[in-house]
Amino acid sequence: MSFIIDRRLNSKKKSTVNRQRFLKRYRKQIKRAVEESLKKRSIEDVDRGSDITIDRDATTEPYFQHGRGGSQTRVFPGNKEFITGDEFQRPEQGGAGGSGSGEGSASNSGVGEDEFTFHISQEEFLDFMFEGLELPYLVKKQLKSTTNFETHHAGFTSHSSPEKLHLIRSLRAAYARRIALSGPGNKELTELKKSLWALEDLPVNENNSLQIIELKKKIQKLKQTNKKRIPFLDTFDLRYRNYVRTPMPSSKAVIVCVMDVSGSMTQTIKELAKRFFILLYLFIRRNYQKTEVVFIRHHTRATEVDEQEFFYSRETGGTIVSSALELTADIIEQRYPQDQYNVYVAQASDGDNWDNDSEICCKLLQQRILPIIQYFAYVEITSGMHQNLWNEYKKIQEQFANEFAMQNVRGSGDIYPVFRELFASKTELKP
Amino acid sequence: MNKKSPISTDAEWTFELIERYELEIGRIAANFKLDTYPNQIEIINSEQMMDAYASVGMPLHYNHWSYGKRFLDTSQNYQRGRMGLAYEIVINSDPCIAYLMEENTMMMQALVIAHACYGHNSFFKGNYLFRTWTDASAIIDYLVFAKNYIAKCEERHGIDAVEAMLDSCHSLMNFGVNRYIRPPVLTPDQESKKVAEREEYIQRHINTLWTTVTVKEPTDTEKQINFPQDPEENLLYFIEKNAPLLEPWQREIIRIVRKMAQYFYPQKQTQVMNEGWACFWHYTLLHQMYEEGLVTEGFMMEFLQSHTSVIYQPPFDSPYFSGINPYTLGFNMMIDIKRICQEPTAEDRVWFPDIAGSPWLDTVHYVMKNFKDESFIRQYLSPRLMRELKLFSILDNSDKPTLKVSAIHNETGYKQVRNDLANQYDLGYLEPNIQIYNVEVRGDRSLTLRHYVHQQRPLGESVSAVLRHLHQLWGFDIHLESVTAKGEILNTYHFPEVRPKSL
Repeated sequence: MSFIIDRRLNSKKKSTVNRQRFLKRYRKQIKRAVEESLKKRSIEDVDRGSDITIDRDATTEPYFQHGRGGSQTRVFPGNKEFITGDEFQRPEQGGAGGSGSGEGSASNSGVGEDEFTFHISQEEFLDFMFEGLELPYLVKKQLKSTTNFETHHAGFTSHSSPEKLHLIRSLRAAYARRIALSGPGNKELTELKKSLWALEDLPVNENNSLQIIELKKKIQKLKQTNKKRIPFLDTFDLRYRNYVRTPMPSSKAVIVCVMDVSGSMTQTIKELAKRFFILLYLFIRRNYQKTEVVFIRHHTRATEVDEQEFFYSRETGGTIVSSALELTADIIEQRYPQDQYNVYVAQASDGDNWDNDSEICCKLLQQRILPIIQYFAYVEITSGMHQNLWNEYKKIQEQFANEFAMQNVRGSGDIYPVFRELFASKTELKP
Repeated sequence: MNKKSPISTDAEWTFELIERYELEIGRIAANFKLDTYPNQIEIINSEQMMDAYASVGMPLHYNHWSYGKRFLDTSQNYQRGRMGLAYEIVINSDPCIAYLMEENTMMMQALVIAHACYGHNSFFKGNYLFRTWTDASAIIDYLVFAKNYIAKCEERHGIDAVEAMLDSCHSLMNFGVNRYIRPPVLTPDQESKKVAEREEYIQRHINTLWTTVTVKEPTDTEKQINFPQDPEENLLYFIEKNAPLLEPWQREIIRIVRKMAQYFYPQKQTQVMNEGWACFWHYTLLHQMYEEGLVTEGFMMEFLQSHTSVIYQPPFDSPYFSGINPYTLGFNMMIDIKRICQEPTAEDRVWFPDIAGSPWLDTVHYVMKNFKDESFIRQYLSPRLMRELKLFSILDNSDKPTLKVSAIHNETGYKQVRNDLANQYDLGYLEPNIQIYNVEVRGDRSLTLRHYVHQQRPLGESVSAVLRHLHQLWGFDIHLESVTAKGEILNTYHFPEVRPKSL
């Protein structure tokens, strides 16, 4: 007796739970590996899954086994020239023939890799990458902007408009009612039917056939009255779909990326800035349903550009930061109403600015930008001395400690730590 | 015999074709007296195969991170093309579940059906170890129970607590099997006898005459009697029954791991025989199909190609060498036994007087039923096969700077090579012999284990990690002593690390 079963359509993800358990158990190691790999990979790659390598030793399950040493005999196949009594040097450990001679058994030693490599998905990669980070003042915004509503299905009701009628439920209710109400009538009917069948079984004579006709009439009558008495569908049966409107927190975000493209910004600095923006984009995108990005670049004049141009086109000239901030404020005011969008501004620069301009920047920030946005992050990519822009911004940071953050980046290795610092979870500090 | 027409000529398989092949193979297998559990053949894809790999081949299993690790490892290696997946997995259950990969060609499916559904299946049903230690009809139900039980424990006591428990149990899994006894199932007759005995025992305790008998105070030497009285080799069993601090659910988890270990125990000991038997039968059954004209010559060419690659044994100096291939050894021995039965040489008559010239079918069945790898090799590895495989023994003594060829495939060496090879499959020889020796019942409740050293082989580095797990289960200090046959203590291990003894 044999059965052949096609299981190919059964679920494939049987190991998911175990996989999750593994990732959870080795969280620390994996996180370290993720951070390592972030340093190495190119920017386009950040958003992909990754091969993670951790130390295999940490994942082994110990069991009692023999160690090296002692005396043991092993049998090998494929003898060529050996004869009994031959002696020769021990081959190097890991050499072809001699490997495993100290192992408890030959098969469990595997290939002898020291590292355990496996693949994690993009989602998981980002999870590890952004673990412990949080968007500043996400809560505040959610509570404030409850202008959006979403309609949810919420059970059934007996009074509503006809277009929401639920046919199946209505008919089911009707059926139940009919069964419930037709009970006793049926009993009478079956009694009559029984006596009819009893009569029909008897030999035919005049008396019988009269009675039969009589009974049949009665049954017919009863059936008709039953039908009349219980309507097929009553208004009482009708069921309607019920919908409720619930307020939804704003789930749209916009990131305004501001970058200096003046002559002093080299391609390397721009690369670093790009990394920072990408991290920011990935991070913010995880928290909102929809994320838009606006690119503003500036030298002495600011323009809104597309991504390609933002990162790769070359410009030269002096630097006036306030031009960019002004454009930023304009764009936010015109296009991104505060009650619908969570606005984040990230500025990257090498710290250059016209001497007198930095004060203007501060004013712009204080009066037009900071009041209407969620968070402003400034990264200065320089390994030299800080200039006046940094000093001016310092003042703002003291004033708007919650909305404004600034950090200095010296090399590519700094990007991720700085990013973490900017968005490190501040939950415990909040009242 | 008039030739039938081939069942199929195409490489593609369909369910109808699998059914027809299965029917024919089953018919031929029955002619060869193969007694099997009913087959349940399941077609799965590669991803499901990896799932099956990860959970030690079982169709369902409780959750544990180590299975996740295995899954990640397998899928990584598979996707990188570093390893292929097995063509099948077969489970010792009733009905016998065999997984077939959808990627296989029709020939492969037929090969796998012959190999797994008739070869392995009949081995599971026939071999004495499986008959003694496993209950094929109950295993799936037990797995369901174990999975649910452990899931419930996770809900109640937290995933971490359960995981820690399982970690500790897994590390002692190899020492969680009974090797010798199994309490026989009692017949109603014996049962009633036992009840009578128990009654009598109780009666005796009520008996005032007995209760008034004065008990002699034990002397000091008597007090020092070991607990357990005899060393216990089933560590998990001992802990399950005697660990002082464990909760009932923890004991049940130990029991589950122990049961699983016991279930896999025969498979560890019969790898060569099991694979050899299955290879022997897929070879024999498909050849029979060819003789009857049910398969084409192209099919046979393809079949022989996979067959030879499965039973290929790279020589010891090849980069592909990774120990003796159990398929090669097992298959060749089975074929060799058949040859000894059918065309015995003078040498065979000297070495195997009892089977030379006997009916081969009965002999191979007898061998399959009554041996395990170690005894199978010790009994039936013929000089001729040793010559064919060019087997030789190497003595590795860490005291000496060189390795020594202690025996080769010649007249003076046959017996020793055979003995050495048999030892290599003796679990008692492979795994260190560690038993529970004593519990300090009246003292600090510390647990002392003894490692009985064999051929001066020390314990590996993992000892301290295992002792940590043991400590987690036992709850009190753990001591492990390596003892020679003469009773002198070579080395001791402790967890927690031993404090300097106060004098």
